[in-house]
Amino acid sequence: MTKDHGGDVRLSGISKTYGSFTAVHPLDLTVPEGSFFALLGASGCGKTTTLRMIAGLEEPTSGTVHLGDQDVTALPPYKRPVNTVFQSYALFPHLDIFENVAFGLRRRGIRSVKKQVEEMLELVQLGEQARKKPHQLSGGQQQRVAVARALINQPRVLLLDEPLGALDLKLRRQMQLELKRIQTEVGITFIHVTHDQEEAMTMADTVAVMSAGRVEQLGSPTDLYENPHTTFVANFLGTSNLIEAEVDSTSGDDIVLTAGDGKLSLPGARCSAPTATGGRVLVGVRPEKISLTHADDAGDIPVGRNRITGRIAASSFIGVSTQYVVDASVCPEFEVYVQNIDRDPRLVPGAEVVLHWSPAHTFGLDAAQDIDAGVETVEEEQVA
Amino acid sequence: MTFIRRLKRHLVVIAGLLTLGYLLLPNVVVTVFSFNDPKGRFNYAWQKFSTDAWTDPCGVADLCGSLGISLQIAAWATLGATVLGTMIAFALVRYRFRARGAVNSLIFLPMAMPEVVMAASLLTLFLNLGAQLGFWTILIAHIMFCLSFVVVAVKARVMSMDPRLEEAARDLYAGPVQTFVRVTLPIAAPGIAAGALLAFALSFDDFIITNFTAGSTVTFPMFVWGSAQRGTPVQINVIGTAMFVVAVLFVLAGMAVGNRRRRQKA
Amino acid sequence: MATLTETDPPPPLPPSPLSPTAATSPTPPTKKPRRGRLVPYWLLLPGILWLIVFFALPMIYQASTSVQTGSLEEGYKVTWHFATYWDALSEYWPQFLRSVLYAGSATILCLLLGYPLAYLIAFRAGRWRNLILILVIAPFFTSFLIRTLAWKTILADGGPVVGALDALHVLDVTNWLGMTAGDRVLATPLAVVCGLTYNFLPFMILPLYTSLERIDGRLHEAAGDLYATPFTTFRKVTFPLSMPGVVSGTLLTFIPASGDYVNADLLGSTDTRMVGNVIQTQFLRILDYPTAAALSFILMAAILIMVTLYIRKSGTEDLV
Repeated sequence: MTKDHGGDVRLSGISKTYGSFTAVHPLDLTVPEGSFFALLGASGCGKTTTLRMIAGLEEPTSGTVHLGDQDVTALPPYKRPVNTVFQSYALFPHLDIFENVAFGLRRRGIRSVKKQVEEMLELVQLGEQARKKPHQLSGGQQQRVAVARALINQPRVLLLDEPLGALDLKLRRQMQLELKRIQTEVGITFIHVTHDQEEAMTMADTVAVMSAGRVEQLGSPTDLYENPHTTFVANFLGTSNLIEAEVDSTSGDDIVLTAGDGKLSLPGARCSAPTATGGRVLVGVRPEKISLTHADDAGDIPVGRNRITGRIAASSFIGVSTQYVVDASVCPEFEVYVQNIDRDPRLVPGAEVVLHWSPAHTFGLDAAQDIDAGVETVEEEQVA
Repeated sequence: MTFIRRLKRHLVVIAGLLTLGYLLLPNVVVTVFSFNDPKGRFNYAWQKFSTDAWTDPCGVADLCGSLGISLQIAAWATLGATVLGTMIAFALVRYRFRARGAVNSLIFLPMAMPEVVMAASLLTLFLNLGAQLGFWTILIAHIMFCLSFVVVAVKARVMSMDPRLEEAARDLYAGPVQTFVRVTLPIAAPGIAAGALLAFALSFDDFIITNFTAGSTVTFPMFVWGSAQRGTPVQINVIGTAMFVVAVLFVLAGMAVGNRRRRQKA
Repeated sequence: MATLTETDPPPPLPPSPLSPTAATSPTPPTKKPRRGRLVPYWLLLPGILWLIVFFALPMIYQASTSVQTGSLEEGYKVTWHFATYWDALSEYWPQFLRSVLYAGSATILCLLLGYPLAYLIAFRAGRWRNLILILVIAPFFTSFLIRTLAWKTILADGGPVVGALDALHVLDVTNWLGMTAGDRVLATPLAVVCGLTYNFLPFMILPLYTSLERIDGRLHEAAGDLYATPFTTFRKVTFPLSMPGVVSGTLLTFIPASGDYVNADLLGSTDTRMVGNVIQTQFLRILDYPTAAALSFILMAAILIMVTLYIRKSGTEDLV
């Protein structure tokens, strides 16, 4: 596979409006060449529209799309060195697998396609299925054909629109690894649109979390998870416990906050909110960072840890861990995941407990946001 | 008790099969009477077995001539209605334009109009224009009433087509023309074929509108109509039976090919 | 027919053209317009022009003819002679009435006969489904005039069918209803209704089948699970869900049947003439164009009004 050093994908001030509805607010984004980039967000957040503007299937209302130095904003899709793996694949039902994969080559006037198509089908492990029609393949196989059909054209960028959405969970896991392998092998820039945060985190080097037509935060998966800047990111990527608190004082690099009658401390570098004394901040901590100690043993907790008292409201055993919901004074539904190493038999619903965690695992968010942004509710799940 | 219960459970099957019998009885009669050797001019009562008509299907004056005219008109009407109807269907599904409501009504009305009304009004037009009634006036009329049915058949297919398929084609370096020829048209083909077949059947079998617009031209249905007054030759039944058998064989063969292809590839 | 050779197991039928949705709701296009705003107009132009010149324009000519007076020799002039309408109605109201009665009876018979068969194909036919569908469509391939003539043989005087009807005292009932006369069926209203029913039965069965086929079989199980007897299941679940098919089936049967003159001519007598027969005779034999045009116009208006009312009623209230 030849490497074309075409450079990065650059979106500058790109936006899309349909009548009075703004699907994508003016957006600047650079996807470095050769990276696996994910656009993550709930349905309707503008991620697919952004992808389609890169593909040329949607004309941007404003802004430009650059591939390297070339401005491709005005180019129709069939003149862009970009290919797409469509949601539900869009394989041509009247052509067999071979012809589906050969389609792009033939349209560009390449005569002898046999060798290339066969190599590509080998890459996606479908050499045997070349003469079958798309509907005779399983979902996973169709998905691989869609990838092969796009990749064979050696695009500068491969766009993937929810490519795994139609697959069941197990197959999805398998295909995530498969796509990652292919990307490493061919070294092409992948831009992947998904609503599945786990998928985005396992596959991508860089993730852009989108909401309501804007990019909320951009960064590596670990960075996004450990240090979210908005409540949306905190809630949408995994689960966060958010506590409303007031800035009390600053001591060195740390900020000390009051929540209820207790004090919490937070490294200043991990706070994305203004930290003037008396200001309000949302203090966040991930459920797996928290330790749970029975109130009788509260004296054993090391000093310097953030602590909160509460009562266990519910617990569910899920094998690798036990998940507790704790009714705490500062937060009615505090979630805590405890690994099943040494189970304390006293930790049952009704038990008084102390929750404690290292201040280094705490993050601070601007309190002027919807505390529940990005939380998936049952109704949303059903609509999606 | 069990018998009655069984009867109750299968009541709908029995009723359905009786209806099917009602539908097929005339075809049985037509077939049986194609082997009749009637006395007199009318072939309505069974006399005795004979294969005379089968060995000489064109033995009646004008019969095969009228068949030829009908086939010719049906072929041209199918071509005309399919081309025009497919174009309209694509415009309706793929584009936004003014007067969509008016266009839809204009497509719908010919299907909601008794044939005799269309026939009578067309005849007034032709008389007013002083047009010579015959092959061309029949063809014009047939294209007119087949058009809407083609639009409906093609529209259904194009609407059910995933718009992403065409986007995929454009994404894979096919320009607008290539996209249409390589992807849109092949996928719409079954709908177009269904529309064309429907048009052929409607045109070939039309009597009411043809009767008004034919002048002295005699199509096959016109011939049958005339023979109902003058005397029905056995050859009519021969042709009716042959058409039935050929069509059923055609469909069965198509199904067999489809089945085999499916089994091979599965 | 072509759809039968497709690879999907249940053969999809072209949707019935008269389903109320096809009539009322223009489907929004799935895509925004592309470059070239004139393209749709060029695509529409030839076909729409054809329909305007050979469908809409003739209607106007016909309307104009209906208010003309004159004679064949001297020519006709538009004199706004609306009395033609009154004369036509007062002379031919029995034929109009008959058209409605015969077409109405045939439509009801088609529904009663066609529903079990459509139900059978949709839910009970199993692997015979395609074969039965073919058998329903197959008669179309033989000219309908030939098949209608076959009814002359089937209903022949003294034949087995008439004999059986007589023995079962069916003829007594139909005689009492005025549908038959004595021990004859041929040349009576019953023969005409029977022919109309036969000719338009497939137009009832196919839309019924299409809408029944869409019903999820598990709904029957769910209804049964929720204490519905099979009959209640049919009444409360199956039949309401098949309403779109019932509506388009009845329209596809009633409209052509009401304008038909072939069955009344071949199987009936001078006492069973329908409005189609009158229009045909006035136009092609008596050459009284204004009267014929007026009759045709009345028929068209009556049908359009009935269809609109019917679609509106079944579309808004009964369809749910």
